[in-house]
Amino acid sequence: MWPDLLAHTLQHVKLALAALAVATTLGLPLGVLAATQPRVRGLLLSLTGVGRTLPSIAVLMLLLPVLGVGTAPAVAALALLAIPPIAINADVGIRGVPLAVLEAAGGLGMTATQRFARVVAPLAAPVAFAGIRTAATETIASATLATFVGAGGLGDDIVRGLQTGNPAPLYAGAVTVALLALAVELLGARIGRALEAP
Amino acid sequence: MSYLHTHLARVLALAGAHVALVALALIAAGAVALPLGVAAARRPRLGAWLLGGFGVVYTIPSLALLAVLVRFFGLGDGPVFIALVAYAQFMLVRNVVVGINGVDRAQIDAARGLGMSARQTLVRVELPQALGVMLGGVRVAAIAMIAIATLAGYVGGSGLGVLIFNGLTLHNQSMVVAGSLAIAALAILVDGGFRLLEARSFPGGRASA
Repeated sequence: MWPDLLAHTLQHVKLALAALAVATTLGLPLGVLAATQPRVRGLLLSLTGVGRTLPSIAVLMLLLPVLGVGTAPAVAALALLAIPPIAINADVGIRGVPLAVLEAAGGLGMTATQRFARVVAPLAAPVAFAGIRTAATETIASATLATFVGAGGLGDDIVRGLQTGNPAPLYAGAVTVALLALAVELLGARIGRALEAP
Repeated sequence: MSYLHTHLARVLALAGAHVALVALALIAAGAVALPLGVAAARRPRLGAWLLGGFGVVYTIPSLALLAVLVRFFGLGDGPVFIALVAYAQFMLVRNVVVGINGVDRAQIDAARGLGMSARQTLVRVELPQALGVMLGGVRVAAIAMIAIATLAGYVGGSGLGVLIFNGLTLHNQSMVVAGSLAIAALAILVDGGFRLLEARSFPGGRASA
């Protein structure tokens, strides 16, 4: 049981990290675009409204006929669910940068790229990170459902325990995934505080 | 989509069961959360403990909590009901606290000045003022509960999750898709309904979160 649990924990973390990496890679530029293009922001806001409402299990299952079973479809579904909070927070963070600061940076002769990298990005980072943190907590939780599309993870132990009536894997899986979710939440809070008070 | 056409009556019946389970759990959860939220708003230390504790419950993935509840309460809708009430507490209590704390201090002082008791002030001034924020909490909780109630189909309960999990077992893809679409539609419908209610009741636009 213990080697299984370890393997499933690693697979769970791998699923969540892969989904978060994809979602961050797509979500951050999307947020930057939304902050500068009102039409993109409008589209993003309405898509996010729907995205935040859709149950993750429905998204996982709706991608099943399109992408099949296994790790890749699970990562795709989890990434899809994680993009909205990341993109929205990046947009909010960037638009929260005071105009006076931007003008001062322009006055110092910074190019647009320099201004973004040295002024906008650091100031927007705490809010943008809060989105990644929300996404991380949700992804760890939703990855438990990946077992239903054959992608493994700690959901495997819980499901096996339920199906066989054997409490050992059920409790092991449930407690491990709960601790994992809490650890991600606490780690996120800590990083968030560090970003806010550099 | 074909399953939706051929089995529309069954889909609707399961949707009804889904809504009934969530609605009952939401009423029970509200009955627990309202007094807790009022107490938490009055005593900030208690509030911090309550929200911290419910925050931990809220963080636990639903399948994990539900599986443990099934060990104690057996299969069926029962453990799902308990899980739904437990998950909703964080969202409901938080918004009761935020709503009550957001009430203008001057209004409370005025109510007390008119000779209202603390209870009268709560019922006639604070709770009505907090209603908009509390309704926002109910909406967010309802959406989360619709999602979690899907797992009832996995633990021998009722609702639209039955289509998903029976469909997976039977390798009936159109059944899985029908269940998923119905759940997604239900969530969007309920969210829209609550937003409409919030906009109607509070035209000032204080809907949040």
